[in-house]
Parts: sequence; C-alpha cells; structure tokens
Amino acid sequence: MTHKLFKASAVTAASLLCLGLSGTVNAGASGAMLGNTCAGCHGTHGVSAGAAPSLKGLPVDYLKQAMHDFKSDKRPATIMNRIAKGYSDADIDAMAAYFGGMK
Amino acid sequence: MSNMKRREFIKVAGAAGAATGLGLMGMPMKAAAGGGHVIVIGGGYGGTIAAKYIRMADAGIKVTLIEQNRTYHSCPFSNTVIGGLNDIGFIEHTYDGLASKHGVNIVHDTVTGIDAAKRTVTTVSGSTMSYDRLVVSPGIDFRYDTIEGYDEKASWQVPHAWKAGPQTSLLRAQLEAMPNGGTFVIATPPNPFRCPPGPYERISLVANYFKNHKPNSKIVVLDSKDKFSKQGLFTAGWTKHYGYGTDDSMITWVSKANDGTVKAVDADKRVAITEFSEHQADVLNVIPAQKAGHIAHVAGLVDDSGWCPVDHKTFESTIHPNIHVIGDASIASPLPKSGYAANSEAKVCAAAVVDLMNGRDVGTPAWVNTCYSLVTPNHGISVAMVYDYTADGKIGKVKGSGGLTPADGNNQMEAIYAQSWYANIMSDMFSGT
Repeated sequence: MTHKLFKASAVTAASLLCLGLSGTVNAGASGAMLGNTCAGCHGTHGVSAGAAPSLKGLPVDYLKQAMHDFKSDKRPATIMNRIAKGYSDADIDAMAAYFGGMK
Repeated sequence: MSNMKRREFIKVAGAAGAATGLGLMGMPMKAAAGGGHVIVIGGGYGGTIAAKYIRMADAGIKVTLIEQNRTYHSCPFSNTVIGGLNDIGFIEHTYDGLASKHGVNIVHDTVTGIDAAKRTVTTVSGSTMSYDRLVVSPGIDFRYDTIEGYDEKASWQVPHAWKAGPQTSLLRAQLEAMPNGGTFVIATPPNPFRCPPGPYERISLVANYFKNHKPNSKIVVLDSKDKFSKQGLFTAGWTKHYGYGTDDSMITWVSKANDGTVKAVDADKRVAITEFSEHQADVLNVIPAQKAGHIAHVAGLVDDSGWCPVDHKTFESTIHPNIHVIGDASIASPLPKSGYAANSEAKVCAAAVVDLMNGRDVGTPAWVNTCYSLVTPNHGISVAMVYDYTADGKIGKVKGSGGLTPADGNNQMEAIYAQSWYANIMSDMFSGT
C-alpha cells in the first residue's frame, strides 16, 4: 500500500519537476513538498482521520477550482481561504496534480 | 521481492551519491560504504515525522529513532486533559506503527553524547551507534535559573505541565482537589517559548472547568509579557464565556507592565512572588523561560541564545555538519515553536536528508503552520500562515496569506476542525498510510 503510494507520488513528482523547469525562473517547491504540508490537517497523503476532507485521488480540476475559489473568497471556509492565499497558480497546479494523481 | 531489489539498488545508488559528496568534503569514505543510516533523536512532533518521511521517500535508508519514553504524550490537547475534557489516555501514543508500517528501528534509550567528528551517538545504556546523518529533535528544556526557588524538584509540587505526561496528570489532580472558591495562579513564560497560544488555551479550559464545576473560583495570570498570541480572540472569548473585563471576571490578567513577571516561587506554600507583590495560590502552575532540549546543549548545537542555529533549506546545523536540528529547539523564525511547525520542518528536513544522501541537489522547501486553540469545548480559534524560501536563503511569510480567525468567524466549526487537526497530525506521526 505504502509502496504503491510512493510510486504514484514519485511519478507525479517527476512530472512536476518537468513542469517546474519549464515554468517560472524561480522554480517553486514540488507538488509532494507542498502537499506534505497539508497532512497535519488532512492526514498523510491526504487521507483524513477526522472532519477535514480527504484529498487523495480527488479530480485534479476539482482540487484546482476549490483552491482558486478559497483564494478569491468565493467559497466560504473557516481557514482554507487564509491558507489558499499563500499559493500561486503554479503551486495550486502542482498540489492538485500531487493529490489527484494518487491512486 | 521486487521491493527488496529496489531497496538494494537505492542503497548502492545512495552510497555512490554519498561517496561523491563526502569525497568533495575530504571526509573518509568508510561511512559511505556502510552508509545509508540516519539516526533521529527524539520521538515528538518533529522526530517521528522526520523518521517516517525519510523512510517513505527512500526505503533504502535505514532509520533509527531513539526516544527515551515508550509512551508519548502530546502537548497539543494536553490542555483538554488539564481542563477535564479528556483522560490522559487521549494524548498517549506508542511507536508501534512507525516500526510496523514504516520500518523505523525504534530504540528506547537516552542519548548522553554526540560525537560530530566521528558521527556517533552514545546512550545511557552504554551503546554507541554510527550515523551518516543525524536528526536532532529534542524539544525544550527549562531555564530553572530564572525563577528563584523553582527547579526540577519544585516542579513536582508546583507543576509546569509544559512537557506532557506525568506533569499533565499532576496539574489535573491538583485542580480536581482544589475547593470551589480557590485561586488558580498561572505564571506564563517570556518569549521565545513552546506553543505561544498554549498558556492562554490552558487558562480558557481551566476557566471552563471552574465555570461548570467550581464556579466561585478565580484565575490569576501572571504574565512576563505585555501581549500574547491570539490575544484579541482569547479576550473576546473570555468576555463572552467567563465575564472577562467585568467586576465579576473569573480571569484576571496581570501584564509584565503591571508587575506580572514572577521572580521567585515558594513551592511549599504555593506562593508566586513578583517584584512588588505576593500571590497566594491554591493551585500554582509555573511555566518557566525555555531553551533547546538538553542534548542540544551537550552536543554544542546551541548558540548564545540557547537555541540551535540551522540552515533554513536543510535544517542542517550551522555549527556541526551532518547534524540537522528541527522542532522547538531550532531557530526557524518566523516559524513559531509549534507542533505543526515542527511537523512541517521535519518534512523539509527529511526531503533534504534524502536528497543529500542520494547525492542530489536539495529541492525548494515549503512550510505551513496551523494552530488551533479551544476557548471552550465548542469555541475554537486559529492562526495559520504559509511560508516559503526567500531569495536570501531564509524562511519567509508568504504575503497576503494566513492570519487569525476573523472576529465574525465560525468558532463552533473551528472547534470541530481543532479535533480533526489532532486526529490527523497524530495519524501523520504515529500511523497513517
């Protein structure tokens, strides 16, 4: 189980690395690095043990839209609008690909 | 079995990478040949995560976690035990999941010395272990020289309860034994200290306990600061629930400017002494000034501040190479000394350790901090921030991100998410996927 997840995240991380290289001059953190910061509230690999939603395997477009809507305060939240404002479009793409790519 | 082959491959690749790195530094090649061993000292919010995330990223690296206690007690949510909302079992955790699910070698022992030149760790049981890289996550120790009459021995009469476990149970037992109409006096520490909102959450949950069980009791806060974390949110909550600001307030907050700094303690009589007054308590809780955990001092990892300077990209000590320091002990400002920050630092450190041991460039780090506090069981407040790695090689706050629960925020939902935070961060540390 862990091994499969590792492989999935490794593939995602590799593809994101390419995105990063072709992106901005200041290459940002990888999807795995950004995604792992979410685990304190959303669980390891986005598998939640509590009221916070699980993120693992959600559709990439849904994850992106949710983060953009939190960021613009279009979608109400307790804390996610404060968190989402910390991320660029490229960061959001990388995190969405990381969680969305997990099987 | 393909797993085995992969592990062997990574081991060889890792050794080759390490050999290149070591060669450049002019270090002996011996360690690299037998390499791939990381020792983590301290199994708290930082150490458990560093151990697990190194193993998840590269199962070819052997990880040994040295922790003195067989049972872990979480400081976050220990205030719910002190306030009588949960039993001590709620904050107890064991290391079985890290061993069985992630192959972390758990050693229950106390580290007595670190030889940075030989890259060895010695323990009280007499064993010596070699490492390629060492992660030190020792938490805090107390500056017992700052309050006259207050030392480790006195802390078993007048608890600090700022390291969870028996101290938590002791303070809870004292509050339970206190008569209705008694006075709880709490002395809060100067900056920097572990968990900046923690003392004020404790005050809140003790007030909640008094309100429901001992309503004639009072709380006196002797603060060695003039302002504190989430102050507006806490005082708004105290006003709403505990009559703060009225003549009948359960809580009296004495700031530093108003002679709040405790200079001495009479532990036998439970008296806290400031410059101009004495405060007689029925239950006295003294949280002293703090410094990095003991082993960091023994190993010479601290600077004049008493905390550990580190490179912010890797958390490698700027004093001793191949030793990384994470969590409360490290100097990682603007990250606070919080459990969530330790978790986030541990992941950055784990990724850096794996990159370095595989001879790769270290990737760009990223951090988050999210701290919840309970004002009542159903009234939660939070502070959050997103951090990035700045052009000058430091941790920086991402502009426009983070901040406090708004004044009109949904405190009931935040209390639910506080519980969820605890479930998930414990799962991240001790089991999880």
